[in-house]
Amino acid sequence: MTGRVWKFGDDIDTDRLTPGTYMKGSLEILASHCLESVRDDFAKQVSSGDFVVVGKNFGMGSSREQAAEVLRHLGVKAVIAKSFAGIFYRNSFNLGLLALISRDVDQISEGDNLDVDIETGRILNLTTGTTLVCEPVPENLADLVHAGGLVPFLENKFAKEASV
Amino acid sequence: MSQTLAQKIIARAAGKNIVQAGEIATCKVDLAMIHDSGGPRRVKPILDHLGVKVWDSNKVVVVSDHFVPAFDQESAAILKGTREWVRSQAISRFYDQQGICHVVLPERGNLSPGLFVVGGDSHSPTGGAFGCFMFGMGATDMAGVLATGETWVKVPETILIRWSGKLQQGVCAKDMALFHCAQLGMDGGDYQVVEYTGETISDLDMEGRMTVCNMAAELGAQTGMIAADHVTHDYINTAGGELGPYAELSGDDDASYRIIHEFNADGLEPQVAAPHSPAKSTDVSNVEQAALDQCYIGACTGAKLEDLQAAAEILKGHEVASSTRLLIAPASTRVTAQAAADGTLAVLTKSGAIMMPSGCGACAGYGAGQLAEDEVCLSSTARNFQGRMGAKSSMVYLSSPATVAASAIKGYITDPREFLSSGDAQ
Repeated sequence: MTGRVWKFGDDIDTDRLTPGTYMKGSLEILASHCLESVRDDFAKQVSSGDFVVVGKNFGMGSSREQAAEVLRHLGVKAVIAKSFAGIFYRNSFNLGLLALISRDVDQISEGDNLDVDIETGRILNLTTGTTLVCEPVPENLADLVHAGGLVPFLENKFAKEASV
Repeated sequence: MSQTLAQKIIARAAGKNIVQAGEIATCKVDLAMIHDSGGPRRVKPILDHLGVKVWDSNKVVVVSDHFVPAFDQESAAILKGTREWVRSQAISRFYDQQGICHVVLPERGNLSPGLFVVGGDSHSPTGGAFGCFMFGMGATDMAGVLATGETWVKVPETILIRWSGKLQQGVCAKDMALFHCAQLGMDGGDYQVVEYTGETISDLDMEGRMTVCNMAAELGAQTGMIAADHVTHDYINTAGGELGPYAELSGDDDASYRIIHEFNADGLEPQVAAPHSPAKSTDVSNVEQAALDQCYIGACTGAKLEDLQAAAEILKGHEVASSTRLLIAPASTRVTAQAAADGTLAVLTKSGAIMMPSGCGACAGYGAGQLAEDEVCLSSTARNFQGRMGAKSSMVYLSSPATVAASAIKGYITDPREFLSSGDAQ
């Protein structure tokens, strides 16, 4: 999959992704405020298939899974980070948003175009021509990726159990 | 093989004798707690879609604490939906607007040492103060638990924090928790377990221990834990809970830890975290005397009974400065009742403090108490991320409730020891 890069720094928290003031409203409204305190135009400008590339500890703070859900809703295909906050990392896979860990994120800049191969963990930076790597997705989470999230995964599991 | 406290609980929940750090363990959940924000309104559609009910209504606790009391039609609908869902699932342990989940859960006797507990909120490590392995998760993860009674963990390593020495007067558990953030950083917990031990920890009562474990979330740990002892047992007995079969559970003496931090409480000063991160904590004496628009004592972290008592000790005979406002939201209705009974509430209200309902409220920018553009707040809560308590340009400092109280009297950030007669006032 290929897409444009939106680059942010370290320690992006869940309040920046999904401000508490808008938590009681619809996903659409919440998504329209995603990261507004970091970059005003992000929610308006981000396009389907784009990547969010960040530093360490992305998604720290709240357990609110909407922090991952709004990115998926806005069309973000994957977040590539040096590291993720633990709850956000689980939420991403549960909701079908890819969370990839790469030590090479410093070699990716705002606006670059990437081609990412999830199976091999290879990231081709189409803008610079460099090849980068991300860690393979853990086996138990790869099952969620293939199913499209935890809900379809459980749906398949229950269907299998019912047919035995 | 020697096991940490966390490993023992995970192994038991996974039906194994031992577990190795790093392995994926599928665990049976002893107790699941959800609240009105991440709870029914998020999990109901998933369970309905899967065509299942909760796996065991006796193992689910529901607390309405985020959108309380209803402040508009949307929040009213969320609370109504929460009540209806609780009834439909025949869940008896439902605490509707009785306080913040992390405080209500133990005060109503729901936690016992050694339990494997999940909570639909990031401050779920609070329950680790009772010797539980309790961690936070998002709503879809929780829906999986409610549908199956199970979840997975990557068995964490344990980071041991050992405290020696005695806290000075005017210094408390919250100062220790902020100090941890400065020392380890916001990802120093690395989604492992942080276990707290040593004489200073043993000397803390349960509310103090809850505050320390609560802010394991701010270290990026999966959870924080303190092995149960007689203090834990006394609290549980008083709360009407059950000690259960794991009351004496602790890690093996020769268990292996990722790292052991040794800290000493003797010289610890009151801590203040500058905007916008708890990791920007430093001694109060290093912080400029920022003028405050709002002072807030609230949240699971900073509005339990001893927090209100510490604030009252400072505020007694003083008034809140006219240049600021002091909002106080006790962590639970039971805390309010206790504070009313022992005279604490009278001191607080006489000082000019504005009492608010028990709930998550202003801490997370829900409901009343939000900050306007460019306003500055000192708060006893756990997080001061940009925009969390209101406007994007607002600035939030964090401290103990005692420091908030002293600062409310002066109108700017102030060392609480200035107001303690027998303290080491500077």
